[in-house]
Amino acid sequence: MSAEEIKILEKRQAQVHDGKGAFEMACDKASVAGSVSQRACSFCGSRVVLYPIADAIHIVHGPIGCAAYTWDIRGALSSGPNLHRLSFSTDMQEKDVVYGGEKKLAQAIRELVREYSPAAAFIYATCIAGVIGDDVKAVCKNAEAELGIPIIPVDSEGFKGSKKAGYHAACDSLMNHLVGTGDISDVPKLSINILGDFNLAGEIWMIEEYYKKMGIEVVARITGDGRVEDIRKMHGASLNIVQCSGSVTRLAEAIKKKYGIPYIRASYFGIEDMSKALYDVAEHFKEDPSVMARARDVVASEVKRIMPELMSFKKDLEGKRAAIYTGGAFKVFSLVRSLRTIGMKSVVAGSQTGTTEDYKQLHELCDEGAILVDDTNPVELAKFILEKDVDLFIGGVKERPIAFKLGVAFCDHNHERKIALAGFDGLVNFAREVHASVMSPVWKFVPRRMNRSPEKKTAPRSMPIGCTPAMCMTCDSKCGGGES
Amino acid sequence: MKAEFLKKTSMPPKPSSCSTPTTNACKLCTPLGACLAFRGFDGCVPFLHGSQGCATYIRRYLISHFREPMDIASSSFSEETVVFGGKNNLHEGLFNVIRQYQPKMIGIATTCLAETIGDDLHLFLHEFKKEYGALEGMPELIPVSTPAYNGTHAEGFWWAVRSIVEATAVRSTPDMDLTGIIPGMVSPADLRHLHEILKAFHVRYTMLPDYSDTLDGGSWDDYMRLPPGGTPLSSLKRLGDAGSLISFTTCMPIPARPGAVLSKKFGTELHDMPLPIGVEATDRFMKLLSDIAGLSVPMQFKRERARLVDAYVDAHKITAGKKVAIFGDADFVVSMTAFAREIGLIPVVCAAGGRSPRFESALQDAVENLPEACVVRDGVDFSEIEADVTAQSPDLLIGSSKAYVMSRRLNIPLVRAGFPVHDRVDGPRMLSVGYRGAQVLFDRICNILMDQRQDESPVSFSYM
Repeated sequence: MSAEEIKILEKRQAQVHDGKGAFEMACDKASVAGSVSQRACSFCGSRVVLYPIADAIHIVHGPIGCAAYTWDIRGALSSGPNLHRLSFSTDMQEKDVVYGGEKKLAQAIRELVREYSPAAAFIYATCIAGVIGDDVKAVCKNAEAELGIPIIPVDSEGFKGSKKAGYHAACDSLMNHLVGTGDISDVPKLSINILGDFNLAGEIWMIEEYYKKMGIEVVARITGDGRVEDIRKMHGASLNIVQCSGSVTRLAEAIKKKYGIPYIRASYFGIEDMSKALYDVAEHFKEDPSVMARARDVVASEVKRIMPELMSFKKDLEGKRAAIYTGGAFKVFSLVRSLRTIGMKSVVAGSQTGTTEDYKQLHELCDEGAILVDDTNPVELAKFILEKDVDLFIGGVKERPIAFKLGVAFCDHNHERKIALAGFDGLVNFAREVHASVMSPVWKFVPRRMNRSPEKKTAPRSMPIGCTPAMCMTCDSKCGGGES
Repeated sequence: MKAEFLKKTSMPPKPSSCSTPTTNACKLCTPLGACLAFRGFDGCVPFLHGSQGCATYIRRYLISHFREPMDIASSSFSEETVVFGGKNNLHEGLFNVIRQYQPKMIGIATTCLAETIGDDLHLFLHEFKKEYGALEGMPELIPVSTPAYNGTHAEGFWWAVRSIVEATAVRSTPDMDLTGIIPGMVSPADLRHLHEILKAFHVRYTMLPDYSDTLDGGSWDDYMRLPPGGTPLSSLKRLGDAGSLISFTTCMPIPARPGAVLSKKFGTELHDMPLPIGVEATDRFMKLLSDIAGLSVPMQFKRERARLVDAYVDAHKITAGKKVAIFGDADFVVSMTAFAREIGLIPVVCAAGGRSPRFESALQDAVENLPEACVVRDGVDFSEIEADVTAQSPDLLIGSSKAYVMSRRLNIPLVRAGFPVHDRVDGPRMLSVGYRGAQVLFDRICNILMDQRQDESPVSFSYM
């Protein structure tokens, strides 16, 4: 069916900007029942934020699904303990639902803390824990007194809202139970906390390396490669750098309010945003001008290093069209800029949890006529892919099959990925990923691509020696076999 | 990635088998199984009555295995819904799914949340039909109760099929030559091979659920709301006329089996048997089809069987006496253990992730000479399985990709089979039923053992 034949549900129409006319867009609404939203639930939000804390155990209080679906699925790496990669659940059974699960939870905490000696335990309340009225907070309080480590309840009942509500619950858990409880006497002045980076494929180590070169120490990583002890003393740092703003701004705000520590928003994706993240920090520490000088050195040497390779990808990708759909909107800005660096246009952009301000900025940033969308679904995404005839889709696992079935290249930019896409090297990886998919020879077999109007062929860069028209069928250089 | 930050092997610690919590579950929740089953019916959209997250998590989990579109709707509960009940959300959700997908059927599975707040799905659906009955293209609405605190994804799968059969099968003209077949949670490749077998026997049959196309389909030349394929509603209705029903389960509780409905309502003859994996189990299946069809086994399968036996003979010393641990869904473990035994492997751990009172007896029935020392357990998680595996030190593991970390830690090769397979590309194409499936499995097992022998040898033999 064609793009025009695919309709958007009435209740959803305000959340789509079709790229035409004046910009106006609704967002921050509950998902429409039956719309097959790509969003998850509050539990997912909390689990995403806290999961990478590697020296804590994470216990899910509920029936088995919530724990099973979040067992070791992310690329969040640890340089030390790996407790976060274990999945613990109270696995509530019918009798627990009827008689309450508090005793089982208390016993589970006791056994697991004794077994693994973690630095803390996070206890996630699921829908069922909430609805049967288990007093998770009381259980945690008693367990903490008994076991002598922080046992931290997380109000992550799935029905409480979208991922955003879960992000807030996670931030509150950290703020109320850990932040401010550590000794900060050894924290230097030139120090920051990195918030909202989850160390997928080691990304936080790359970012930290840049800051280190600038002479800045990182106190706490929230939460990639995270440690309980570091979070306890994060109030000693001079500045909070907030990436993935939807998930952790609440924590940065709370710290600002209580400890007067300012925060800045940052993104580590793409040359512009990565450089800005370093310059902004240097600017904050401007009383020491050597910091800015070093930041400039880092940026200059890194950009110089990666440019040739980036440009080699750009040659092939110039003018190709991309659709982007992610969890938070802030990442979309960086992706639009990164795509521009490699010559690509962003013609569809959206997120699960963007704000009015986000979409306004996105509208200004994206190429003319781009479709913007909030909390979309597979049917709509298919419509936009067809309408804009995109060459690439950037999203997560749930979006991948829609792209692939329609013969569109795909780049995974979600938390399951195992390839670092942040930092300067990350941008090269990103370009390589995009290039590998967009330029793959497999598309020529895909029916939708075969039916597509042929693109204007660009002149071949160099014609392989001995090339014939017959060989052209088996080669991706598309040189036309010497006939063009 | 900064390699220096990672230890040589960056691994989660070995899980301890604490008795109260479940650590690294070897099961998923009931609604996942129901959603998977629903995808095997023509024009059916799975719908979860509960929080948005359940649908999203299950979609992601299934997509990572099948690598196919997996649209699952949700009634997207909010805090208010929990207080006032989910009727309005359900009605709005169904209405929207009908608008967007024009489905022939919507399979509505409850989540633990909807069950716990006491939503009466049957009543809500009755009211929906009353209100929107005149709606053009009103699909079949099939409710199934699948609280996650009761059973696993395997039960959810069978309960969903049972609900569909209960709601749709009617008797018009009894047709003794018509056979129903419920293969259970096998791969699309298995389903396709079963079609081939049944067709070769000229049996008139209805296979349900049939996701051989919906979950392993081709690339699209145009957008499709719902991929084509699946058991058609017309065939489901005719199931009431069928003379017999074959179900590949011996572990499911009887009330969860669709056969229980058919035999009670229509006196359908039931053939509940283990999955036909291996020579003996496939022989039994072929014998049954012979009896039903009144035909001898087609030559193509006799040849396949002969080649398989020949391959068994050629390679029997590779598998001889090798110890194996098998884990996963109860029915999968039973069938796989019987197969392992017939190729000379020694099962030392047989573990079912869900609680299954029938598991042990089903295993004894299916497996000749199960070694006494073999540890047989149900309702275990991966921490318990790893403890048993460590104690029994098998040479081989057979089960899902969730065992990869254990396999790597203990340096025991893993033959990926069953569900999920998230770290290989061929989950939906893994064939294990029939003589051909046994051939594939046997070759994979032998090759893995040979790989190991080759890698461990100080001499780099290229000639084994």
